[in-house]
Amino acid sequence: MSDIAIEVNSISKRYRIGLKEEIHDTFIGSLTSWLKSPISNYRKVHYLSSFSNNEESDDIMWALNDVSFKINRGEIVGIIGKNGAGKSTLLKILSRITEPTSGEATINGNVASLLEVGTGFHPELSGRENIYLNGTILGMKRDEIDRKFDEIVDFSGVDQFIDTPVKRYSSGMYVRLAFSIAAHLEPDVLLVDEVLAVGDIEFQNKCLNKMDEVAKEGRTVLFVSHNMGSVGRLCSSAILIKDGQIKREGNVNEIIDLYSKLSFGKINNSNGTINYPESRDKKAYISSVRILDHQDRITSVLDQSKPFKIEVCFYVNEPSKFYASATLSTIDETVRILNSREIESIDTEHIDRNKGEYASKLEFPGGILNCGSYYARVGVKKMGISYDMKPSPSFELVDYGNVGNFQTTVKSNKRGILAMSLKWTSKKI
Amino acid sequence: MSSISESLTPTIVIKPKSGWQLIDWKELIEYRDLFYFLIKRDVLAIYKQTVLGFTWAIIRPVFSMIVFSVVFGGLAKIPSDGIPYPIFSYVALIPWTYFAAAMNTSTQSLISGKGIFTKVYFPRLIIPLIPVLSKLVDFAIAFVILFGLMAWYGISPTKNLIFLPVLILMMMLTASGIGMWLSAMAIQYRDIPHGVGFLSQMLMYAAPVVWPLSLLEDKFGESVSLAYGIYPMVGVIEGFRSALLGHNPMPWVLIGIGALSAIVLFISGALYFKSKERIFVDVA
Repeated sequence: MSDIAIEVNSISKRYRIGLKEEIHDTFIGSLTSWLKSPISNYRKVHYLSSFSNNEESDDIMWALNDVSFKINRGEIVGIIGKNGAGKSTLLKILSRITEPTSGEATINGNVASLLEVGTGFHPELSGRENIYLNGTILGMKRDEIDRKFDEIVDFSGVDQFIDTPVKRYSSGMYVRLAFSIAAHLEPDVLLVDEVLAVGDIEFQNKCLNKMDEVAKEGRTVLFVSHNMGSVGRLCSSAILIKDGQIKREGNVNEIIDLYSKLSFGKINNSNGTINYPESRDKKAYISSVRILDHQDRITSVLDQSKPFKIEVCFYVNEPSKFYASATLSTIDETVRILNSREIESIDTEHIDRNKGEYASKLEFPGGILNCGSYYARVGVKKMGISYDMKPSPSFELVDYGNVGNFQTTVKSNKRGILAMSLKWTSKKI
Repeated sequence: MSSISESLTPTIVIKPKSGWQLIDWKELIEYRDLFYFLIKRDVLAIYKQTVLGFTWAIIRPVFSMIVFSVVFGGLAKIPSDGIPYPIFSYVALIPWTYFAAAMNTSTQSLISGKGIFTKVYFPRLIIPLIPVLSKLVDFAIAFVILFGLMAWYGISPTKNLIFLPVLILMMMLTASGIGMWLSAMAIQYRDIPHGVGFLSQMLMYAAPVVWPLSLLEDKFGESVSLAYGIYPMVGVIEGFRSALLGHNPMPWVLIGIGALSAIVLFISGALYFKSKERIFVDVA
C-alpha cells in the first residue's frame, strides 16, 4: 500500500461571480433592456458554468490557484485560513462534490467526507430510520450499519428516543446522533470541515477524543477548522491557505502562529511602539504603549529567557488616583494569561496623580512564557473603573538558543503557554 | 466505496472531466443500499403525520375519475369505446397519475435534494430516479380500487394481463427519461419548475386519458394514430385498457413505437444529465 494517502497536483478552481448590472437612465434604455431580457438572462445563466479556455475577465474568480501538497498515511493535517481562503472548496474537490477546473488529485483508500452534520436527515423519520439513511449517504453499507447500530445509539446517548421522529429532538440530541453516525465511519481517509462548531463543550470534547482515536488507528485526517485550539490539539502538521494558494505548510504550532500573526499582526505592525492621539475630553488617556526588552530597548522581538517590560504612558488631565493596568494574552486571544495593576505594587494611598504625563512600566519575568506572539490590553483606571483602554503592540518571544543565534522557531517540542524549567524530585519507595 | 478485500485499496483520481460521459453501472450497483434508503425515505415521509395516509394514493385517481365521468362522459358525451366511462377513464388514470407524479417530482428532485448532493458524494443519477421508483407504491395502491371497480362492472381481465410489466417498464423508462432531462435543466434554468406542472396538464390532454384513441383514428386515419404512438404514454394507456378490459386487441404497433421512443428518451436523458452533472453543485 502506498505511503501517500492524498496527493494534490496543481489543483485550481474558478467561478464566475456576478458583476454590477448595467443601470439605464433613460426610459427607452430600460424598456429595450427589459425586452431583451430573456436573451441576456439565458446568456447569464449559461455563463455561470461555461468558460472558454484561458479566458480572463473581470467576473472570474479563482477560489483555488495551483495548489499542490502531499499527505502521508496516518497523518492528521489541519487546514486553516481566513473565511473565503479556499479551504472548503479544496475539501469539496477532494470529496468529489465539485470538479477542479484543472489539475489532478489522487486519494489512496476509502474516503468519507464530513462537511455537515446530519446530511440527509429527514425530520419526519425516527432516529433509527435516520441512522440508516444518513449512514448510507455517508458511504456505509446496510450490513455495516446493522453491525454498528448498537454502538452508534450508545455513543449518541439518545437510546430512549431512537424511535421518535427526529424533529422532536433537541438540537443537542440531533447533533449528537448525527455525529455519532459519522464517528463510526471507518474510512482510510477522513475529510472534516468545521463540523465541530456545533454542540456544547462536552460534545465537542467527545468529538475531539473520538477523532484522536480515529487517528491512532492509522487513518489519515484532513481537518478544516477555525478553532485553533482543536487544530493545535489534534493535528501534527497544518497547511495555511491564503487567497486560494498555499501560504505555508509545516509543523502545526508554527502554522497557527503564522496565521495569528497574519490575522492580528496587521493591527500592530509597529516594532514595539504605538502612539495614540491626544484626548482632551478624557480625564486621563493613554498616549503611547511600548514594549521593552531587559535592557530597556524598544523592540517587538524578545528573548524568551529574559524579562520584558510593557510601558504605558498616560496623560492625566484631572488629578486623581489614576493607575495603569495590563491584561496579557496570546495574540489570537485564545488564552488570557493574566491581569496586573499598578496598585498591586504601590499602595493606593500613594497613588495620587497630578496633571501631567506618567510612564508606568510592568515587568514580566523571563523564562516563563513559551515562545510565541502576544499582546496586552493596557488601561488607565481609577478605583477599578477604566478611563481609557488601548491595545499594546504585539510582540514575539523567541528562542535564542544556547548559541545565541536568532531563531524564529517555536519551541515545538514543548506545547503549552508556559515554558519553565520546574524541579522534579524522586526517590525509591 | 468499500474495498473488496483487505489487500485491495481503492484509488480515486480526481480531475476535470471532458466530453460525453457514460453511465457507470458498477458504481450505481455499489450504491444500491443508498438508493434503497432514499426511496424508502420518500415513501415513508410523504404520509407521516397525515390522517388519511396512504389513502391519498387512492383519492387522486378516484376523484379525477368522478369529475371526468361527470364532465367528459356525462356532459360532453365523449365516446368510450363501448365501455362505461368511469372505468374507461380509471384504467387510464392509474398509469397516468403515476407518470405525472414521477415526472413532476423527478424534475424538482435536484433542486429539492441539493441539501445532500452538495455535501456528500454519490452518483447524482440516483436522484431523479428515486421518484420513478417511489411513486410505484402509490401506483400499486391505486390498482386495488381497480379490481373493485372491475368486479362492480362485471368485467374480467384478459390473458394479456401478463404483458402489463412491459407497459409498466415503458412508463418507468419514459418518466425516467423526461425526469433526467428536466431535472438537469431545472437546476440550471429555474423556468423549468414553473412550467412543468403546466406541461403535465397539457400532456394529459394530449394522451388518450379522457378520450379514446379511436377518435383520432376515425378523424385522421390509422397511420396518423399509429404515428401518435411516438408519445409513449399512448401505447401504455391503450395497452392497459386492452389488457384489463378486453374491448380491443392489444395495440402492439403502438406499444412498439412507444417503447422505442421511451428508450430514446431514457438514453438521451441520461447522456444529457451526465454531461451537465459536473456543474450542478456550482449552479445549485
